[in-house]
Amino acid sequence: MNPSVPGVDEIRSRAFPFPAKHFLSVTDLDPIQVGDLLALAEGFVALNRQKNKKLDLLKGRTLINLFFEASTRTQSSFELAGKRLGADVVNMSPRASSIVKGETLVDTAVTLNAMQPDILVVRHGSSGAASLLSQKVSCSVINAGDGQHEHPSQALLDALSMRRAFGHIDGLKVAICGDVLHSRVARSNVALLTLLGAHVRLVGPPTLMPAEVDRWGVEVHHDMKTGIAGVDVVMMLRLQLERMQGALVPSMREYFRFWGLDREKLARAAPGVRVMHPGPMNRGVEIDSDVADDLEVSLIQDQVEMGVAVRMAILASLAARLDNQ
Amino acid sequence: MSSRPILISNTRLVDPESGYDGRGALLVMDGRIAEVRKGEDAIEGPDGAQSIDARGAMLCPGLIDLRVKTGEPGAEPKETLKSAALAAAAGGVTSIVVQPDTDPVVDDPSVVDFILRRARDIGLVRVYAAGAATNGLAGEAMAEIGLMREAGCVYVTNADRPIMNSKVMRRVLAYAGGLGILVAHRPADPWLSAGAAATEGEFAGRMGLPPEPVAAETIMLERDLTLAGLTGARLMVDQISAAQPIERLATAKARGLNVIATASINHLTFNELDIGDYRTFCKLTPPLRAEDDRKALVEALIAGVVDIVVSAHAPAPPEEKRLPYDEAAPGSVGLQTLLPALLTLHHELRTPLTTLLRAVTLAPAEAIGVPAGRLKAGAPADLVICDIEAPILVDASRLISKSKNSAFDGRRLQGEIRTTLVDGRVVYDRQEGGGS
Repeated sequence: MNPSVPGVDEIRSRAFPFPAKHFLSVTDLDPIQVGDLLALAEGFVALNRQKNKKLDLLKGRTLINLFFEASTRTQSSFELAGKRLGADVVNMSPRASSIVKGETLVDTAVTLNAMQPDILVVRHGSSGAASLLSQKVSCSVINAGDGQHEHPSQALLDALSMRRAFGHIDGLKVAICGDVLHSRVARSNVALLTLLGAHVRLVGPPTLMPAEVDRWGVEVHHDMKTGIAGVDVVMMLRLQLERMQGALVPSMREYFRFWGLDREKLARAAPGVRVMHPGPMNRGVEIDSDVADDLEVSLIQDQVEMGVAVRMAILASLAARLDNQ
Repeated sequence: MSSRPILISNTRLVDPESGYDGRGALLVMDGRIAEVRKGEDAIEGPDGAQSIDARGAMLCPGLIDLRVKTGEPGAEPKETLKSAALAAAAGGVTSIVVQPDTDPVVDDPSVVDFILRRARDIGLVRVYAAGAATNGLAGEAMAEIGLMREAGCVYVTNADRPIMNSKVMRRVLAYAGGLGILVAHRPADPWLSAGAAATEGEFAGRMGLPPEPVAAETIMLERDLTLAGLTGARLMVDQISAAQPIERLATAKARGLNVIATASINHLTFNELDIGDYRTFCKLTPPLRAEDDRKALVEALIAGVVDIVVSAHAPAPPEEKRLPYDEAAPGSVGLQTLLPALLTLHHELRTPLTTLLRAVTLAPAEAIGVPAGRLKAGAPADLVICDIEAPILVDASRLISKSKNSAFDGRRLQGEIRTTLVDGRVVYDRQEGGGS
């Protein structure tokens, strides 16, 4: 056995009880707790690279993935995380079932709650949906994305990817580029990265920036060339293609010309810059394939790997809290 | 219908019309105020008169609420005319004007007639109807404004569906203005406010809520003011909510434009941060604004730039409110909390009672041309006795409205309604546990 891989008991001892019953927002955590969660996740990264990836920290627990919005990446990431920790995992896509028959979100949640799950992982297209659910059920709720509000596990996995690439987050210059207005990933990342001491810039056209975004404690740039000058990390956001119909930007080619990430623009960043993307990517819209596929600069594959580890850490920590009750 | 004379003694009499605020007593006979005695605690009346000792509580004209939604006809599980009337009586509101956005829409004299007939059968508070300005509230063809007025409607409005087409708006103003009918319009550019759930700003941005900029209100207000000037019609700005449009309104009024404006008690009390963790009871149209806007609104009310305060009573059952914020229906019930919330402003700001109460009594009475809203001999005996010092804790689940969506849920207010009279009859008495 690889000596760097922590044993079950060590992981169990690191899995501190999660500070809250639910994980709805990165603002639920303080920097110490984030550090603890990331350290725990590091253990799972090592574990996940072994042949036997299974632990029993969630043995007997039931996890329901309740995804009102389609998601391959996040849903399978939570599913694998749950299964590797020994939980029974059920995937629900209410889009295809009763929700269309007029049953409300709360009705669905109350129905599922009666089946006695331990953890409900929820994604919904409306901001605040996870918080609403958490008020109506007795199990723990993890926010896997609520509208344009938050996607806290994504921010944690991004932080883990950066920490592994640079060794630290404090002092890093991070440019988050693209459709900030509609992005829950951007909101969670701004909150977490500023909490951890990074300098955050938001870069994008004015029509894709929230009002008064300059009061978020970040630098705002509309010109990508100045926006990514000297940064250590460029985090690209997905431009939902349906936003184009809202005439928020004139055309895809104009968007790519000014805010798409290519070699030329990337050359303005700091030496050793790393590129991130929460996926799925629109190649040729917000990011050039040439950059996305360059393993020297791209952390995009790492992000996916870290996603499973971070979600295992969240689940293990929530389970430790449940076990203590 | 002649009822027993009533003597009300030991009151703090507040009459916005004369500006009087002091000791007083009052005699009610035949449904009207027979005599107002200022500066004295007692008054003599005929033998057999019923006597009410107010024990120092405030006596003022019953409130007139120009913006009330019910669910009747068409959505009775939300609120009926009767449940709204009961809530009004318990809130010291003696006249309500119901909005036309029902099913069917009140765009036809027969629907006005239906509502007024139902209200007469219920017989609690006075119920007036506002007619739709355009057929089906579609904002295209003018409704039968004149016939609806004949049937008893007191003003026309397009309720929560602003008239986008400026030509239609001009014609409504010109036509109604020519007939001497008041036109109310809520200033909101439908394109800028489409899909909005909160006011644009840092809070909405952080919460990921689709925003409406204040500019949506300002732009439409300026159009409406311009058209009111062009047509000479009398315009009532429905629920102004922010500092920028207030400034434009003040300028127009200073120039002598024939315009009055309302504000909802919600926007005078709350700001965007009251939404907190996505509290859908605070989802309103217009959305709750920034604190600076709320302060500007309160100042405008005190300065008389805003004339009238409404409850903007808008019942919504749990299936419309217990939803993610952007999917939830807007609106808050408010008939029972209007007066306590206004009195709470009085306690917080030390604003004279006559100033604040004018906006819910005399000013709306003048707007729709009714004789209530005054304490003087000959006026209808629509009265409220209220202990203005008593603290109350609003528990939405105990409100009389069929829908319990109160933005004031859990809020502490100061002011408790004791007795409400309409036409000289007691329609609510707290000791008796309400009119239900």
